[in-house]
Amino acid sequence: MASPTTTTTAAGTLVLAPPRPFAEREWVRVMARLVRRRTALFGLVVVAAVVVAAVFASVVSPFDPLAQDIGQRLKEPGWQDAQGRIHPLGTDHLGRDILSRIIHGSRIALSVGLAAVMISGVLGMAVGLVSGYFGGRVDDFFMRLADIQLAFPFILLAIAVIGVLGPSLRNIIIVIGVSSWVVYARVVRGEVLSIREREFVQAAVALGSRDWRILARHVLPNAFTPWLVVATLDMARVIVIESALSFLGLGVQPPTPTWGGMLADGRVYLSTAWWLATFPGLAILVTVLGINLLGDGLRDTLDPRLKV
Amino acid sequence: MKAYLIRRFWQSLLVLLGVSVVVFFILHLTGDPAALLLPPDATAEDIEKLRAALGFNDPLPVQYLRFLRGAVQGNFGESLRHGEPAMSLVLERLPATFELAGAGLFIALSLAIPAGIVSAVRRNKPIDYISTVVALLGQAMPTFWLGIMLILVFSVRLGWFPSSGRGDIEHLVLPAITLGLFTTARITRLTRSGMLEVLGQDYIRTARAKGVSEPPVVWKHALRNASIPIVTIVGIELGTLLGGSVITETIFAWPGVGRLSVQAIFNRDYPVVQAAVFLLASTFVIVNFMVDVMYTYLDPRIRFR
Repeated sequence: MASPTTTTTAAGTLVLAPPRPFAEREWVRVMARLVRRRTALFGLVVVAAVVVAAVFASVVSPFDPLAQDIGQRLKEPGWQDAQGRIHPLGTDHLGRDILSRIIHGSRIALSVGLAAVMISGVLGMAVGLVSGYFGGRVDDFFMRLADIQLAFPFILLAIAVIGVLGPSLRNIIIVIGVSSWVVYARVVRGEVLSIREREFVQAAVALGSRDWRILARHVLPNAFTPWLVVATLDMARVIVIESALSFLGLGVQPPTPTWGGMLADGRVYLSTAWWLATFPGLAILVTVLGINLLGDGLRDTLDPRLKV
Repeated sequence: MKAYLIRRFWQSLLVLLGVSVVVFFILHLTGDPAALLLPPDATAEDIEKLRAALGFNDPLPVQYLRFLRGAVQGNFGESLRHGEPAMSLVLERLPATFELAGAGLFIALSLAIPAGIVSAVRRNKPIDYISTVVALLGQAMPTFWLGIMLILVFSVRLGWFPSSGRGDIEHLVLPAITLGLFTTARITRLTRSGMLEVLGQDYIRTARAKGVSEPPVVWKHALRNASIPIVTIVGIELGTLLGGSVITETIFAWPGVGRLSVQAIFNRDYPVVQAAVFLLASTFVIVNFMVDVMYTYLDPRIRFR
């Protein structure tokens, strides 16, 4: 923000500035600061790799993730079949290629993660804005609601509700999304409490702006940074929950490959074929670690005081 | 202080009421609880009979009040599978879950607090890096995968510990590590940052300046103030531990509430599910109320909030 974006002539007329050069755009600056942190860069690379794997799953996978071949079941990592094709991570109990299934499994993990985070993020942002800005009874109401939500062991409530509604991609996204709003609401609310007292908001109030306009134009943009950090870190949590649900058999149903489902299959063959359960778990571990490091990096870059 | 605690008490009661509403609605999510409680091949006539017998034709508020009256007395109806009262089934399993959660918490605290302190005192030294990396991995590791890997290494390969069931202390080791690791990681990071914050404060510099040696500064002066956020997180982590027990108990065939509720969900035994969810959520609320009471003694400033 050092360079002038608009200039004013002596006469006071406004001269429109030329579009900002690429290197000075806000997000480019943030990225530049972010990648200077080694751990954050590592997180970013991991996340980018998982996103690429998910988007181009059918191109990147060496095999069809659903193609069964009973003749080649439970083959160890590095196994070479009759045509000379290598299964780098081995095959599962139905002779399917594990690497290809892990690559395809990232689709479910990421889509549940993104969709659920969007739902809970929007809900939590709305609650946080209203609760922090209006305070009083409204605030009391939403904060008690948050206490109620937090009282439930999350995974137990999720499996109970999904058990009733039936497991499907849609139900999983809705259940996780609707019940994860509390973190966002609390962080945004805390931020709004301080933004509300700042001069530019007071000025807008004095000028007679309506509440919803103040919230949308002045408060929300300033509460966005902490929200983004929470959303990033929450994405990691959602991915673990999705795989836990799949592990228990309440996730997206077979034959669609999910990391949790692959782990549950592999558990049965633990004593004979360790690779079945090991690699999907590593995929979850690396993905979640990458997202966490990226989130930590975003927090340290954007808002180091934030406690999330 | 009294006023604060009384207010917290009423708030906790309100939260418990909210919990009961949510638990009540679990059964009504599909709009037809009678069909939910019967096997999928039940006839329309059977469904109608059960609906009348259990009062599902009454207006929802009437049904909720009836449910609440039962819940207060610990009566959630009979288990459809075992024919016993759902609550006594859950209560039977509760000690096993508490044992596991307690062991997990014990492991977490006895590893995390020393690790966090050492990390903060030896900041940016190798030991800090090691503990930070382990904590990061611990936070990223899914519980169920950790459990399976521990079974693979320590039960299948080495044969040191049994892979399932409850009994003597040997049975407890692997499930407790599995359940406790995430909490260990979280408390390590929290202790480290809390200690770093406190160690930078003026009163610590004063203590050092007047010649107090390093161990008492760290263990008495600093830790006492850094322990306040740790007490809070222990209350909150209890939720994580009780929730995590669902997964851990399933993997290790640990006969606790978590495994019971997973089985109940697959058996469509919803009275048991409701009793389990209600009991675990209530435990969380009660423990957190007690944490708040303790808090007012640790940090007198709280009383004036």
